[in-house]
Amino acid sequence: MTTTSDPVLAVRSASLTLASRTLWSGLDVDVREGEFLAVLGANGSGKTTLLRAVLGLQPLTHGSITVCGRPAQRGSDLIGYVPQERRLEPPAPLRAADLVEMGLDGHRLGPGWFEGRRRRQRVAEILAAVGASELADTPVAKLSGGEQQRVRIAQALATEPRLLLCDEPLLSLDPRHQREVVRLIDDRRRAKGTAILFVTHEINPVLPYVDRVLYLADGRFRIGSVDEVMTSRSLSTLYGARIEVIRIDGRIVVVGVPDHGDGLDSDDGSYATTGSAS
Amino acid sequence: MTTFAVASSEPGLWKQIFNFDSYGDLLALLHNSVIAGAVLGIVGGLISVFVMMRDLPFAVHGISELSFAGAAGALFLGVNVVVGAVTGSVLAAVVIGALGVRARERNSIIGVLMPFGLGLGVLFLSLYKGRSANKFGLLTGQIVAIDTPELSWLIGIGLVVLASLLLMWRPLRFASLDPEVAAARGVPVRLLSPIFMLVLGLAIAASVQVVGALLVLSIVCTPAAAAMRVTASPRATVALSVLFATVAMVGGTLLALGSSIPISPYVTTISFACYVGCRLVGSRRERRTSMRRATEEIAEPVPETAVPAHHP
Repeated sequence: MTTTSDPVLAVRSASLTLASRTLWSGLDVDVREGEFLAVLGANGSGKTTLLRAVLGLQPLTHGSITVCGRPAQRGSDLIGYVPQERRLEPPAPLRAADLVEMGLDGHRLGPGWFEGRRRRQRVAEILAAVGASELADTPVAKLSGGEQQRVRIAQALATEPRLLLCDEPLLSLDPRHQREVVRLIDDRRRAKGTAILFVTHEINPVLPYVDRVLYLADGRFRIGSVDEVMTSRSLSTLYGARIEVIRIDGRIVVVGVPDHGDGLDSDDGSYATTGSAS
Repeated sequence: MTTFAVASSEPGLWKQIFNFDSYGDLLALLHNSVIAGAVLGIVGGLISVFVMMRDLPFAVHGISELSFAGAAGALFLGVNVVVGAVTGSVLAAVVIGALGVRARERNSIIGVLMPFGLGLGVLFLSLYKGRSANKFGLLTGQIVAIDTPELSWLIGIGLVVLASLLLMWRPLRFASLDPEVAAARGVPVRLLSPIFMLVLGLAIAASVQVVGALLVLSIVCTPAAAAMRVTASPRATVALSVLFATVAMVGGTLLALGSSIPISPYVTTISFACYVGCRLVGSRRERRTSMRRATEEIAEPVPETAVPAHHP
């Protein structure tokens, strides 16, 4: 949105068929420097698989993916990855600073016991950048969900990536921590122009920051601004069923998505969010 | 009164457990055992950190029973016992690594393999006509069995395990603790799993020689389990784990030298004592920090309420 330079991420006519099921085909996506692209869709629509393909962990059936002009490749320093919040069992020898350290050079061979001061300084800088300096020595198992995701972002940013992949990083966080985490990601792309690919099933927490939305459903997709994609007509066409998109108080509520179960809880965030907050 | 009677009527009991008569001569004669203990202490202390991080204590037990079967088979056939132990161990590690990718699957496979290995071992030992001390030693540990060629085998295996662990240390740690992000960073998470099982198999085969198949866990699990109770620092965990394992191995060997009892009760008792000590220290510290955290949380601002979306 800010520049006209080459896209950080370029997905070209990409198709992926897994076990004779086509997750998506003919997918064309560009994410430019500093752009925030939200990836929405029901469970099993291939959101996470798209991230895996960008990470070079999942080969495409057709098409190509390039990151900064280079073909998607596993272990690229150009990409940072923020996973879902997950509890670590308490007796794990891992503090917040160690998690960041692993993001920095955890893939290298050797024990790395003697890299000493320079690396420790670097880890401290990275933690400070996300306002988590005081957590450095806290065991990861003792961090709260919000704290853990803050540290996760630090870990993902350790290599100064140009593209940040977020896989449902807000799941199981309360609204206040959801906002904190999203704001942190938003700050980063504004300050450094990091492109953001943000997989979520709740659009509302990221709504104020999203530039464009990629909506995946039943092997088809829609991409465009929130106003273009998140309408009753657009989603009804996409799903081939009647979908109501309602806007209340600056929030978006999607009703009638033919998903597993009742169709209320998996695609739209507001019910789940209010449910947990009430 | 009764205890006194027992003690006085059997003056040898204490002497049986702790006997330091002509200790200097014994030490000179059996110093190889002390070296073996030190090697196993270092190897066990290091690998137990990964055994704990990857949640593999049960696999260790399973592999050690098959290692025992291999060693017993070798004893029966009159071939090198270390080679037998390594063969059994590595076979078990490969099967467990290949078939048991998920924890639940893995545990059931181990549960199936373990009694089979033990039974096979018992069969070989029953058929074996040699010295019975050798038989028992494979299960409960031994000192006398460490003659010089065996010691070189032990040191050789120890070095291979050590070198492999140090080489793959960081990626293995990343893959063990944080597999999802490790894969995203290009760590070959799935490849590391069987490689680690192989290295673990070697370490277990070496340990079986000294502490015995039934008690391998005391040096390939307990030391790190103890260390993780008192520290979350990766480096301190490794240092403490190696320290505990070495103290248990060398200390156990030194205590066992003069006595008529196998080495294992000494090793397991020291190892267990380290664990109990660490648990006590750890839980005291836990209580203190949780109290501090609780007071901090009271001071934190109350989270603001979300905008309610009304629905029927």
